[in-house]
Amino acid sequence: GQKMSLSVLESMGFRVGQALGERLPRETLAFREELDVLKFLCKDLWVAVFQKQMDSLRTNHQGTYVLQDNSFPLLLPMASGLQYLEEAPKFLAFTCGLLRGALCTLGIESVVTASVAALPVCKFQVLIPKS
Amino acid sequence: MAVCIAVIAKENYPLYIRSTPTENELKFHYMVHTSLDVVDEKISAMGKALVDQRELYLGLLYPTEDYKVYGYVTNSKVKFVMVVDSSNTALRDNEIRSMFRKLHNSYTDVMCNPFYNPGDRIQSSPGGPYSRVRIQSRWALLPVSDPVQVGPTSCVRSSPAGPLITW
Repeated sequence: GQKMSLSVLESMGFRVGQALGERLPRETLAFREELDVLKFLCKDLWVAVFQKQMDSLRTNHQGTYVLQDNSFPLLLPMASGLQYLEEAPKFLAFTCGLLRGALCTLGIESVVTASVAALPVCKFQVLIPKS
Repeated sequence: MAVCIAVIAKENYPLYIRSTPTENELKFHYMVHTSLDVVDEKISAMGKALVDQRELYLGLLYPTEDYKVYGYVTNSKVKFVMVVDSSNTALRDNEIRSMFRKLHNSYTDVMCNPFYNPGDRIQSSPGGPYSRVRIQSRWALLPVSDPVQVGPTSCVRSSPAGPLITW
């Protein structure tokens, strides 16, 4: 049903994210720390996929990062406001996988979830468990 | 000319090893294995070093009497190790660097191949129609995934789940 297709989408995004995580940072030097990797996601990865940067990155420095996109390109043409809120997960599952895949290639295991309060603003939450 | 090339995954198992067929392959496997210690040492040293010195190319790992071993690590902690004949003094540092760069490009292409599962051994088909990058040598073929066989009986060939060579 709905849950199955979302996880399929997420795993597709994961595979693409793995490939992008290999290709995009090629010329840049090795990342020094976790925050650098997240900044790479917000800038280089987002620009490569959506032609814009992420609008804000917040962290509590304990392994939780919130990436906010105020005009997410996949949701932008749909509606503006609360209409179609329940359809939004389908468009976000792939992107969550994308982030998770890129993080995985760069050596970070994570859990990525997305939430939409009102289209087209969406927030991606990246949880990196402390080992 | 490179005598042996190896691609090692970040969990330190080999994804791809190819060496000149005339030589004893096991010797090169052993050499690559021992060079991994030096690679790990360099990576941890790099972690503590200053900002400017961070680089993907690791340089000469260690010289033996017949061979020199060079290393390179990617951002995804995949390591490339190259063994070169010592007698070939014409090979300069920037040539080694460019060989590693080509290797990195080919590895990235393999990663982006949707039929390749990350973590599988890399199959290289000597007669394959897909791109082969030659590193200054006839036999040093770069890894590509086998092409999909379209037909009534076969489907996408799936590699075994784990590594075939375990050290």
